[in-house]
Amino acid sequence: MHEKTTAQKSNTNQKIQDIMSRHYYRRRLVDKIVSAFAITCVLAAIIPLGSILLEVIKNGASAISIQLLTQPPGAIGTTLEDSGGIAPAIQGTLIVIGLASVIGVPIGILAGIYLSEFASGTGLLPSAVRLFNDVLTGLPSVVIGIVGYITIVLAVGSFSVLAGAFSLSIIMMPIVVRITEETLKVVPNSIREAGYSLGISKWKITLFIVLKSAKSGVLTGIVLAVSRIAGETAPLIMTILGTSLFFSSFTKPIDALPLRIWRLASQPYDTAHSQGWGAALLLIVIVLISSVVLRLLVQRKGFKIKAIHL
Amino acid sequence: MTTYWEAVHDPLLNILSSSKEDNDHYFNGLRYKVSIKNLDAWFGTKQVLKSINLNIKPNAATAIIGPSGCGKTTLIRCLNRMHEMTPGAAAKGHIVIDGDTDIYDKAIDPVIIKRRIGMVFQKPNPFPTMSVYDNVAAGLKLNGVKDRRLINDIVKESLKSAALWDEVKNELDKPGIGLSGGQQQRLCIARALAMQPEVLLMDEPTSALDPIASSKIEELIHGLKKELTIITVTHNMLQAARVADFTAFMYLGELIEYGPTDQIFKTPQKELTERYISGKFG
Repeated sequence: MHEKTTAQKSNTNQKIQDIMSRHYYRRRLVDKIVSAFAITCVLAAIIPLGSILLEVIKNGASAISIQLLTQPPGAIGTTLEDSGGIAPAIQGTLIVIGLASVIGVPIGILAGIYLSEFASGTGLLPSAVRLFNDVLTGLPSVVIGIVGYITIVLAVGSFSVLAGAFSLSIIMMPIVVRITEETLKVVPNSIREAGYSLGISKWKITLFIVLKSAKSGVLTGIVLAVSRIAGETAPLIMTILGTSLFFSSFTKPIDALPLRIWRLASQPYDTAHSQGWGAALLLIVIVLISSVVLRLLVQRKGFKIKAIHL
Repeated sequence: MTTYWEAVHDPLLNILSSSKEDNDHYFNGLRYKVSIKNLDAWFGTKQVLKSINLNIKPNAATAIIGPSGCGKTTLIRCLNRMHEMTPGAAAKGHIVIDGDTDIYDKAIDPVIIKRRIGMVFQKPNPFPTMSVYDNVAAGLKLNGVKDRRLINDIVKESLKSAALWDEVKNELDKPGIGLSGGQQQRLCIARALAMQPEVLLMDEPTSALDPIASSKIEELIHGLKKELTIITVTHNMLQAARVADFTAFMYLGELIEYGPTDQIFKTPQKELTERYISGKFG
């Protein structure tokens, strides 16, 4: 190898230094432009969301009252005192979302586990499941409502809680599947190998080690899915129908907040509109609380072991 | 057409060589803990191990050395049937434990065999969601051991054997990943020891650690071989010389030379070994 002289070396160093200092100011400028652009994009996304939220709070907060939260709907187009409340809708929303989650979350998580842990990446079945899952994500919710109508409402002979929960569970499943799969895939393989090296069977490694490591990601999927179905209206019109009565049976119609908002908004009375705003605010609060509660439930900080005496 | 020579002579040679191996089995009255016979391994179509034959003595540390890509890691991953779990990987041959159990026998469940043959990996990999205690107890609990007192005893015993007990005895409920790198690796050793393995495989166990943490692991190997058989892969020849009773040198998927560590390092029989040991390649 040809050895460079000291003079040559310092010459090269000087050149590199020159080039780097010339680029330095340009780079700082580009940095600033990119940051400004990113902030503009954030604002563009937040302003519409924020203004909707503010509008709902402005109009809804004054409508929230004990009467609204505890009474069934009263007579249409009367005074505020006689117009009742939206209690059956609150109850119905909680029941339908709860039941939909009980059906949709376990199936979604198991399907996600299958795609990530048990299916080889290129097989026919996993590819098909992935494709249909993506298609399902984009399916209009009204179509899923019609499916619920045909399969359960017509079969049972009545609009029902079950039909609503079934439809909503189909809407939430692809979200849970996708996020579970993606989250499990980023769990490092060394963790699985550690499990294998202890002679632990695959399903136990998957459930007690891999899924546990990925729980916050999976939880995000569940929160997203619950938030998504909480606001669905179209499939509910065709499955739970809506009623002014409280829950009586899983095979009877029930009310839900989005349905109630829609009905109140389509009445030509100010009291109804005001109640509608209140219901909208309530729905947002319920989604917020449920996601916070879910996080608290699963992401307990620290490790709890029953007292160890060694 | 098969000639007479091929039909008779080659099988004869095979029989002779295999009966010789069987005699080798009782070397100095000492039985081999692990006997590897004609082991081949592949990644896809690429053959990474070529007909490996190796007999490993009990209660000793055996080091496998060789340049990167020589197949040393693949070899020990074959010893607990971990190799074949990588998509596209395959292995063929016989690995006999205690002279009677062929772990490549079709009747052997590859999950069960991993309970007898423990493994420690290159990078410390404690279970991220578990406490120190649960990391060590995980193998027992997830394999159906429910007796709390038994688990407590084994956890304590394993942490002591891994020389970690004094450092963690007051923080057993802290997350395992909160420990330092060297402590994490000893935690992984304790986790493997909790399964009461007969053989402990170590895949470059100190390559991610600093010199002090490494020397602790090396001391540990000295103590542990009283209880079990240790097979360690290392790219650090000094480490092999320090910890191993026997050393195997591999190159390009083949076992070049195997013998007592002293002999391999002082009077290697093969030119390739001599060149590698003296740092001429690798």
